[in-house]
Amino acid sequence: MPVTGNIFDLKKFAIHDGPGIRTTVFFKGCPLECWWCHNPEGMNAEAECADAEYRRKAYDLSLPLDTNVIGPNVAVDTLMAELRKDSVFYMESGGGVTMSGGEPLMQHDFLVQLLDRCVASGIDTAVDTSGYAPWEELEEIIPLVTLFLYDIKLIDDELHTQYTGVSNGLILENLHRLCGAGGEITIRVPLIPGITDTDSNLHDIVRFLEPFERIEHIGLLPYNRIGEDKFERLGITYKPGRRTTQDGNELERIAGLFEQHGYQVSIGG
Amino acid sequence: MNERIRRLRQQSLDARPTISIERAALITEYYRSGVPGRVSVPVARALGFQYILEHKKLCVNEDELIVGERGPAPKATPTYPEICTHSMEDFDILDSREKISFGVDEEVRRIQRDDIIPFWSGRSIRDRIFEDVDRSWRDAYEAGIFTEFQEQRAPGHTVLDDKIYRMGFNDFRNKIKHTLEQLDFYNDPTALQKREELKAMDIAAGALIDFAGRHAELLRDLAAAESNPSRAAELTEMARICGRIPVNAPETFWEALQYYWFVHIGVITELNTWDSFNPGRLDRHLLPFYRKGIADGTLTEERARELLQSFWVKFNNQPAPPKVGVTALESNTYTDFCLINLGGVTEDGEAATNELTYLILDVIEEMRLLQPSSMVQISRKSPQAFLERALRIVRTGYGQPSIFNTEAIIQELVRQGKTITDARNGGSSGCVETGAFGKESYILTGYLNLPKILEITLHNGTDPRTGTCIGLETGPVDEFRTFDGFYGAFERQLRHFIDIKIKGNMIIERLWARYLPAPFMSLLIDDCIETGKDYNDGGARYNTAYIQGVGLGSITDSLTALRYHVFEKETLSFGDLVAALEADFDGFADLRHMLIEETPKYGNDEDYPDAQAIKVFESFFDAVDGRPNTKGGHFRINMLPTTSHVYFGSVNGALPDGRRAHEPLSEGISPVQGADRKGPTAVCKSASKIDHLKTGGTLLNQKFTPQILADDGGIEKLAHLIRGYFALDGHHIQFNVVTAETLRKAQQEPEKYKDLIVRVAGYSDYFVDLGKDLQDEIIRRTEHGID
Repeated sequence: MPVTGNIFDLKKFAIHDGPGIRTTVFFKGCPLECWWCHNPEGMNAEAECADAEYRRKAYDLSLPLDTNVIGPNVAVDTLMAELRKDSVFYMESGGGVTMSGGEPLMQHDFLVQLLDRCVASGIDTAVDTSGYAPWEELEEIIPLVTLFLYDIKLIDDELHTQYTGVSNGLILENLHRLCGAGGEITIRVPLIPGITDTDSNLHDIVRFLEPFERIEHIGLLPYNRIGEDKFERLGITYKPGRRTTQDGNELERIAGLFEQHGYQVSIGG
Repeated sequence: MNERIRRLRQQSLDARPTISIERAALITEYYRSGVPGRVSVPVARALGFQYILEHKKLCVNEDELIVGERGPAPKATPTYPEICTHSMEDFDILDSREKISFGVDEEVRRIQRDDIIPFWSGRSIRDRIFEDVDRSWRDAYEAGIFTEFQEQRAPGHTVLDDKIYRMGFNDFRNKIKHTLEQLDFYNDPTALQKREELKAMDIAAGALIDFAGRHAELLRDLAAAESNPSRAAELTEMARICGRIPVNAPETFWEALQYYWFVHIGVITELNTWDSFNPGRLDRHLLPFYRKGIADGTLTEERARELLQSFWVKFNNQPAPPKVGVTALESNTYTDFCLINLGGVTEDGEAATNELTYLILDVIEEMRLLQPSSMVQISRKSPQAFLERALRIVRTGYGQPSIFNTEAIIQELVRQGKTITDARNGGSSGCVETGAFGKESYILTGYLNLPKILEITLHNGTDPRTGTCIGLETGPVDEFRTFDGFYGAFERQLRHFIDIKIKGNMIIERLWARYLPAPFMSLLIDDCIETGKDYNDGGARYNTAYIQGVGLGSITDSLTALRYHVFEKETLSFGDLVAALEADFDGFADLRHMLIEETPKYGNDEDYPDAQAIKVFESFFDAVDGRPNTKGGHFRINMLPTTSHVYFGSVNGALPDGRRAHEPLSEGISPVQGADRKGPTAVCKSASKIDHLKTGGTLLNQKFTPQILADDGGIEKLAHLIRGYFALDGHHIQFNVVTAETLRKAQQEPEKYKDLIVRVAGYSDYFVDLGKDLQDEIIRRTEHGID
């Protein structure tokens, strides 16, 4: 029985999800419910009915998909054939494949298979994760992953629970363990105005990261409104409401906050 | 740029292109003298060239450092009545047309009416061509199956190598003398022909030397009258230079540039050659002069920059000669396709990038002129800094430089039989055409409308636009039971029209060789002097004739739709499809939606549709490649459109890919506008599935929004994308970096966007000078943005 998984998007020439030119695979299903989620169609682990917009998108994936659903079931073989197509660009650029979502670890068996096949094909791998998964599952993929894009959103657990629906205990604990276990890690911080980009939260993050000597890179993800429109189409309330995006000066100031502690900071990835 | 350059640049930008009757009047005066009838044709042409250069008004623009204009003033553009005698109606159109107009004043009209037309009517090569080709050629031409480059412009399509930097015109004359002395009238039946050709080359060489001498004299007079001592000193130096070159080989940077410029004026005065000619590998040619000047203190980087900028302005002062009729439609632009090549490899195969490469890139970025156009040759050996520097200019949205794959160029040339040395010294010119610089005549002969041939196949040999049968009767569509059966019919139809085109080319090549040899051009291209043969008669070392395929994306998607819906899924009958096409999809909205949205498309790295691209490409290649031309060379293919995809679209009815009648076709080897949905890597992959190395150039256009290139990370990723495409043997890629929003604003308020230069197809042009349909098409081209 071939392993299959639910994939809701596949993006080629992804240039902000790790080094080089990459293909990003979006796994369906996420244990978190972040207010500001950019990919709300990836929240629900089940395939869903698609509107016309998504049917076209699914068609564009050119996978033998059922085009009436968001996040249809795809076999590892099928997906690998598509991922291999850009090998020449991965090689030229030092890029590869990034597993994102949703939360890729939610489809653990599928993820392991896919990573395994990538490694066997000489394709570099990255995993973009919320860190919210049983440690054993995270541990299992470490040898198969070059780079973890690890999201840290809020350090205050009460706020974390309020805005993402889960406690950050497991997330912070897993980061701790991951740092001890190897693998390259970039911390990604989504900058949600008034929620995660507050000075107190950013300082908390800096303080939290201090003991982890292996973490050198911070990726700041400036706020944008892509999610807003998607929420509307899915008929879900977009809880953050209207918020202003950070301007260049503000972003530079935030980057400086991390840089003064010796981190290399990139904006947008 | 300094104040002087700013002024010269502005003067060039402000000058309105006008028709200058000077050349036409001089050549007519000369032909009326009776001299041409008393001498051989090549000598007659050389004497005509001499007559023009002896009598034309000289122009030295205030403060300029490089002298020589083709007309009496910047952008005063001559006509070539011996090639194309414009009618009074042509002049009205040129004067009044909204785009690419040329001012025609009353005096010009009078001379044209009273002197030029009466003398040349029926005698121009254009008249002879349309007289000599047969009915089937004219039918296909009028139906828009193909265009013909040489019907009103001379075979040019060549680029200079390094010879003028090593040799003066006296050296050329000595070579001519040597060949003349070796002529063997006892054993060589063509000896007389060769003698006449060589005599003609010698006259042409003398004519350019004297032309420079006239400038030297004028500059001395200007120097004497100049009150500003520093300008007087400049004028004196310029006079000295014009006395030293082109008689002698240049010794300084300034001399080298001025020498080239006289040669350039010579070439574009002798005939109105396509792809006006250009210096080619400029960063290599000028390097010894640059290094020597810097070393001995006679040149500074700043002075070199200023001289180059002054040189740039001279190119921009010479718009392409006015085009009319179909030729205006296929190439509607002021640009004359001078494509400066930078980078690449040396003849030993080493990376050729040097300090001058970067200086010239600075000049390109600062000048932002339509002409000369520029490109970078990226070899596997080229430093990354070079590619990234070029991309930082691309980022400014100016459409230049375009990016070429040196290894592909070399392999293309070697496949065609060039030596590895000649191949490494070559490059691309015009839009994307590969050539052995200084040694090859690589003539583009015409665009071929591939989707139109499909349309005619769908109508059993008849052009539905006119109801006339101009093709083969390959059978009514409902009789085809398999896709391969139908494709076979298309292939026969394709071969039929290529045969017609090639027959026409054979005739047209001979007409040029016989009536309008080019002795001056022949001086410059190896081995015309050694063989005593004219450039237009096979004198070049390599003689290639190209037919350019147009609409690869459109025909691929159309054939794919047929294969998928009619023959495999059977969602559609052939008859229903043809009925929908004939109705231009009126009343067939659902069917059209299915064709557009539910059909695999070229440009997404899917083997199913891309298989049709390969099939069409191979059929086209097989029908053309390797067939002999009349100049000792062969016919080859390349894939570029200039603006012919708009013209070809206008004669095409609706197509099975869902495109409506008269809309533009896809351009180059790019996907149909909007059909590529999986980003630039997928486009590159699809485009690389055809075998670029079997062509003489392909053109791939990609449009990016500025955000993607905003930071150096974006530049780096774009560089990787290019390297990836080139690893797959892609020949060329170019980028438009503007937002659709900006373009729409420019459409609404053209006066505010006069300086907006966009990449069209193999060249850049002012957006506001483009026709509305081409503007719309550029806006539609997929923007590869990022979320």
